[in-house]
Amino acid sequence: MNYTFIALVENKPGVLNRVASLFRRRNFNIESLAVGRTEKPEISRMTVVVDCPNGDYDAHKIEANLYKLVNVIDVQDVTHQPSVTRDLALIKVMVGPEKRAEVNSLAEIFRARIVDVAADSVIVEITGTEDKIEGMIELLRPLGIVEMVRTGQVSMTRGVNDGVRRMPGVNGNRFEDLSEMAEMAP
Amino acid sequence: MKKTGAEILWECVVREGVEVVFGYPGGANMPIYDAMLSYPIHHVLVRHEQGAAHMADGYARASGKVGMALATSGPGATNLITGIATAMMDSVPVVFVTGQVAAHLIGGDAFQEVDVTGITLPITKHNYLVTRADEIAEVVREAFYIARSGRPGPVLIDICKNAQVEQCEFEYPREVKLVGYQPVDHAPKESLEHAVKLIEKAQRPVILCGHGVLMSKAEEALMNFAIKTQTPVASTLLGLGAFPASHELSLGMMGMHGEVHTNLAIQNSDLILAFGMRFDDRVTGTLKTYAPHAKKIHIEIDPSEVHKNVAVDVPLVGNLKTVITDLIPMVDEYDHDEWKKQISDWKAEGDSRSIMNWNPDGKLHVPHLVSDIWKATGGNAVVTTDVGQHQMWTAQYYALDRPNRWLTSGGAGTMGFGLPSAIGAWFANKEEEVWAVAGDGGFQMTAAELTTAVQENANVKVAIMNNSFLGMVRQWQEFFFEKRYSAVNMLSPNFVKLAEAHNVPARRVTKLEEVEEAIAWARSFKGPAVIEFVVEQEEAVYPMVPAGAALDQMLQRPLKGSGD
Ligand SMILES: Cc1ncc(C[n+]2csc(CCOP(=O)(O)OP(=O)(O)O)c2C)c(N)n1
Repeated sequence: MNYTFIALVENKPGVLNRVASLFRRRNFNIESLAVGRTEKPEISRMTVVVDCPNGDYDAHKIEANLYKLVNVIDVQDVTHQPSVTRDLALIKVMVGPEKRAEVNSLAEIFRARIVDVAADSVIVEITGTEDKIEGMIELLRPLGIVEMVRTGQVSMTRGVNDGVRRMPGVNGNRFEDLSEMAEMAP
Repeated sequence: MKKTGAEILWECVVREGVEVVFGYPGGANMPIYDAMLSYPIHHVLVRHEQGAAHMADGYARASGKVGMALATSGPGATNLITGIATAMMDSVPVVFVTGQVAAHLIGGDAFQEVDVTGITLPITKHNYLVTRADEIAEVVREAFYIARSGRPGPVLIDICKNAQVEQCEFEYPREVKLVGYQPVDHAPKESLEHAVKLIEKAQRPVILCGHGVLMSKAEEALMNFAIKTQTPVASTLLGLGAFPASHELSLGMMGMHGEVHTNLAIQNSDLILAFGMRFDDRVTGTLKTYAPHAKKIHIEIDPSEVHKNVAVDVPLVGNLKTVITDLIPMVDEYDHDEWKKQISDWKAEGDSRSIMNWNPDGKLHVPHLVSDIWKATGGNAVVTTDVGQHQMWTAQYYALDRPNRWLTSGGAGTMGFGLPSAIGAWFANKEEEVWAVAGDGGFQMTAAELTTAVQENANVKVAIMNNSFLGMVRQWQEFFFEKRYSAVNMLSPNFVKLAEAHNVPARRVTKLEEVEEAIAWARSFKGPAVIEFVVEQEEAVYPMVPAGAALDQMLQRPLKGSGD
């Protein structure tokens, strides 16, 4: 199952490498990774989606190991928290003038936009959850997708963050129920 | 005041209390070596950078301070790698400073340019690439702080040559500001209470004493806790010495080559108190059947170790010493007499098979030799080892009553660790007598450091246990590969001549009658000495839990009539 982590990291050279290297070192596969600035220039924010074959057990491991990196300021596993999740895709579709209307109406249904029109192609921009984007891609595919780029998922939890720095295993969080944990260990 | 980057490095290093560094110069760190001459630093010139890394590591383990090693760029830095990984696996605080090509050349494959921060990323607690002189003060301050605090570990600073020679204003940073790095001290109260409840219910508790006890200097707290609750203490390989071996509550070493009663105690316990240890596969055996009846309390500074190998009932993340100290007034006194009796019955059974009961058969056996060294030194030497059979036998038979005098590569299992770490340990306290117990294989990996020992007149005695085999591998081939010996016959040089070529006095011992005298001879003078013991070739380390077996499925030494 895919888990989503938000990491606030120092905006310094090499930090992305440290994070990426950690996943390789601990043998996890990154499904998606998005990095960008935050409201504070010295802090970058990463949203990492990772496949966790052992569920919460793996998630704990990832969270705790990310937390150990000196340049990582905060880590949150938001997989089970109410949050807003978005991905952005640019999709170039091979269509001449005769089929543009079809793309246009599809775009409308998905609240997507056509952001570029050329003689025999258009670029569609769509934002939304994974599912929504996948849905649109499926419908555009028969028309002929020639190029596609996605930003990777970004996430934000709903409501006001309490600002408390949680540490895996200290504030207890999801491991309060330890018998459950015992079953998780492979 | 304006200073060069190299001077700033030493200004900061001296303020960290560093007096001795181990290293090797080269093109990319010459300004650092030049500036060093103006500071009260004793530099130990090694014969190979791996030696420098192990010496700094040995110094750190024996002194409880941060060790320091230097190397130049490229091959100098890559020669450190094994030593860095060794320190990382055992959580030893060492700061490594490597030279790097000038910043404007980075990425251009300049002469002796290697991506050292890239290579060492997974084997350091943290590392830095410094491209400007004005970064050095802060980085060095942080590096030492990170190395020694929390779960200690190696930190590497790669300093570009231009940053070493450029000048800038020097001001010593008053404090370390690391937003993303704040080791915890106390564990939360609710968790402590939860732990106390489990302790109250326990009938058969065992403490597992790990390296963390030594690292957080929690020996006294552990003792107080163990006595108050009358809980027996089993030790990991690296935890040996944290709790006196001669204490009635001591169970000795657990795990793959742990004692029978110790492993039985763990498997039959109803409460495990894991103190600063990480349930490595070498101490648990198969996890499926590990301590099946036990509730588990894990006191650990590193949250990523919690639940990593063994799911526990109460994780107490915090500084071990603080957490145990917090716990002591919360727990009641117990006697656990029945449980202790049960364990001592098991012990009596196991002891009956001990090789120590053997009558002399004319051959030299490593366990006996270790015991002889123990007797001669009153158990008070600082002891280091290489990796292999002799390491396990030394762990089993050099019974330690005091902390920080047992240096062995546990997590990494690095052959060649023994001699250099012994030299480093000697610098921690020059009054001490240091014994390096080595295998004939491992000794040859770093034997060149004998001359370093001579150059420094280090009081290091090397006991080479020469079985003409890569013994531990041979043992596995005997047990698990139908005795098909593959690449384990070890042809060795004439160790006595080798030592003498290094100007180290040496002896070869082949007979029982010579043992005592040879040990006394080595101890009769200050400075390095080598004794080669020609030992029984196909001895096996017992007890042994085969890899993947349950902890109580131990192979035990076959019973042997006396004298045969
Ligand atoms: C650098 C390194 N290479 C290989 C090994 C694998 N290994 C573990 S024990 C051992 C045999 C060691 O033989 P020796 O030094 O003669 O000691 P003995 O086991 O005979 O006491 C080997 C090869 C290792 N631990 N470290």
